[in-house]
Amino acid sequence: MEALTHHALLLSLALFAVGVAGVFLRRNVITVLMCVELMLNAVNLAFVAFSRSLGTLDGQVLVFFVLTVAAAEAAVGLAIVIALHRNRDTLDVDAFSLLKG
Amino acid sequence: MIDAVLFYAFAALALGSALVVVGQRNPLYSAFALIVTLVSLSAIFALLGSPFIAVLQLVVYAGAIMVLFLFVLMLLNVKPEGDPPAGKGVLRTAAFLLVAVLVAEVGTVLWRATARVPPVFDASPRRVAHLLFSPQYVYVFEATSILILAALVGAVALARKET
Repeated sequence: MEALTHHALLLSLALFAVGVAGVFLRRNVITVLMCVELMLNAVNLAFVAFSRSLGTLDGQVLVFFVLTVAAAEAAVGLAIVIALHRNRDTLDVDAFSLLKG
Repeated sequence: MIDAVLFYAFAALALGSALVVVGQRNPLYSAFALIVTLVSLSAIFALLGSPFIAVLQLVVYAGAIMVLFLFVLMLLNVKPEGDPPAGKGVLRTAAFLLVAVLVAEVGTVLWRATARVPPVFDASPRRVAHLLFSPQYVYVFEATSILILAALVGAVALARKET
């Protein structure tokens, strides 16, 4: 049982790392957003594992709030993607460099 | 015993489909792989003794958020990515290096963390709700409703066609 919680934490680290790599490597805006969702999920897994390990429920409540923020982020992020696509007709992150110094 | 077998099976499924999300050039296939990741994570939450979070994960993530992603992908008719532009190999190596540093740092901390299971761990929806609506968290809970409202208005305002 003890090993299960510990391995859940390691799985959360692996998923977070995969998400970070995706944000760095992918060039499609929507795929980058999906990788951010992956990272949020990895953090949720860490919250649940620590909640179980410490025997308190605060981690579960925090997962609830992370879910809410993720839903809001997806809605606003995808609205921005639609607006970008309307103006530029592309979703390549390298095309949106107007603010580049 | 059966818990451990299921846990490692779903962990492997989650990690494998997460790698497909990142490695796949067609965003549509990435989205479908992400659904597999989210569903296997939901099973892992259930195995870790958190049924409320497991169901919430299925309903909110796999049900609502991923439908939104797929809807936008189909609406915009997104094409697969082409070959990466030349001369970005250094950046690619730097990205892998940064990820390796992250894994090394967090891995060292997690490896030393001692995870122990208390004799009784009851995360039933009733107990989670008692904590969620206790004075400690109820104001934050109310604040999230304002956040959702702001996101709703913001999404409509951003995606609306300018007239």
